Amino acid sequence: MMLALRHTRSLAIRQLLALWRQPWFVAITLVQPMIWLLLFGALFKRVVDIPGFHGHSYLTFLTPGVVTMSALFSAGWHGMGLINAMDRGILDRFLVAPVSRGAMIAGSLVHSAVVILIQSLVIVGVAFAAGARFSASAVVIMLVVPLLLGGAITALSDALALVARQEETLIGAVQFVALPLTFLSSGMMAPNLLPGWIHDIARFNPVNWTVVALRAVSSSNADWSAFGIRTALLVGLLAVASVVSTRAFGAYQRSV
Amino acid sequence: MKGFAIEAEGLVKTYPKGVRALDGVTLAVEAGTIFGLLGPNGAGKSTTVKILTTLSRPDEGRAVVAGHDVVRSPDRVRRAIGVVGQKAGVDPDATGRENIGLQGDFYGIPRRELRARVDELLARFGLAEAAGRLVRTYSGGMQRKLDVAMGLVHRPEVLFLDEPTTGLDPEARADMWSEIERLAGEGVTVLLTTHYLEEADRLASQLAIVDRGRIVAEGTPEELKSSLRGDTLVFELAEAPRNGHAVHALDAVAGVREAALDGRVLRARADEGARSVPAAIGALEAAGLVVTAATVARPSLDDVYLRHAGRTFHEAEEETTR
Repeated sequence: MMLALRHTRSLAIRQLLALWRQPWFVAITLVQPMIWLLLFGALFKRVVDIPGFHGHSYLTFLTPGVVTMSALFSAGWHGMGLINAMDRGILDRFLVAPVSRGAMIAGSLVHSAVVILIQSLVIVGVAFAAGARFSASAVVIMLVVPLLLGGAITALSDALALVARQEETLIGAVQFVALPLTFLSSGMMAPNLLPGWIHDIARFNPVNWTVVALRAVSSSNADWSAFGIRTALLVGLLAVASVVSTRAFGAYQRSV
Repeated sequence: MKGFAIEAEGLVKTYPKGVRALDGVTLAVEAGTIFGLLGPNGAGKSTTVKILTTLSRPDEGRAVVAGHDVVRSPDRVRRAIGVVGQKAGVDPDATGRENIGLQGDFYGIPRRELRARVDELLARFGLAEAAGRLVRTYSGGMQRKLDVAMGLVHRPEVLFLDEPTTGLDPEARADMWSEIERLAGEGVTVLLTTHYLEEADRLASQLAIVDRGRIVAEGTPEELKSSLRGDTLVFELAEAPRNGHAVHALDAVAGVREAALDGRVLRARADEGARSVPAAIGALEAAGLVVTAATVARPSLDDVYLRHAGRTFHEAEEETTR
């Protein structure tokens, strides 16, 4: 057990060191969320005037959506690092050393969580500077809950990387899945104003679970049961995704 | 008698597309020796290594490495082996020191001990000065050395080297050769794959020649070479003959046999090479062929390969890269 923890730690540090040496990479991944937050947020500023839209500031409303979206994309691309490791023979080296597959996924999850946390901090900070206002508990939850979604998507991205073994497949999957999942949620628009069919689909959408969980506690009358249910769903998804990706190593080894 | 460090029996591996990479490979490697697996690209050397190192599973057959079954107790095998794969496997975005350190973490080497071990390996492979530099700034030869150093961090009983000198310049290759010899001197069992005949000849005490997923010949390099009676005759012709009459003409000469043609080069075996040359040249010229060069040589592994695989090494390489 201690050894598995040491493996997880070493593998996470390996990836974080690489990131530390290319900090511009984090900056690049922040370009998109900034566009959404500042340009999209300004463009649709008056959405709050639509009857039925509860709230005063669209920026405050939008921030949980952008934090979630940023976690989704960042996690979605995570498998690229694994494909890179495969191409270089690094993964094979890990696999013939006594490292548990679980520790490899755990290392990925820790790395991904740190990246998402940094991004979320920047997004929330910029939103605050631009006039959005949150309670302290809402900020904490905005930083923590997206890590669950991010973890699940990281594990699935790694699993896809292990099975497909080529960048093109992963790029296609992220493009096909991430943006639609964002729009099929209440990330950008109040849930009661969503078209009926989107509202129905959103109930099964992990991105929506995250956004709902974040918003449930951001207003003064916090809805802790709505928060609890969505958080529990996300924890469940993370558990399933972790098992799937651990199994995916077997699929990879059968094909080499 | 130390027993066997590696024993494999009837390994068969077929890939999803129906490619049969291994078709019944059986081999035994005595502990503390260098065993060479020689063959052209695509012959099945790497697949054999993948199975013996637990990366891949055989469809049939069994293998025991360092006393443990590769399928039933892969983790025990992993603890006992070091692997230097065909692809470098070093992380270019980490320093040399970090690369070896991470590898040491995998085996749970106590931290203080690991620090000393990393320094020792860096010094041994002449990488001490470059230890703090990112590996992407290393030359190919340095990366290979780091790769081997990483494979040795936990003092493995058995070391797998999959084409360790492919792509290295002659100087780096000579360095690697002396390093491999030194390892064997320290009692490490080494399984080496190579498609360089001279490398196998120089390093390996036992050799297996692999072709199309099967082992076609096995023995010490000397045994393999002396299994071919007599000398090798090589004739270079002015132009490639269009049909088989060159081979027939040569076979008809007394004391000459096993003639084979590879482009403009005609090879044959002769009991007493030097004596057969004049008659052979005469026969070829009588058949209307112009001989531009003739050599007599002691048998080489290339000849052994030709004898057992039915084609020259060069032809086999061409076939797989096409």
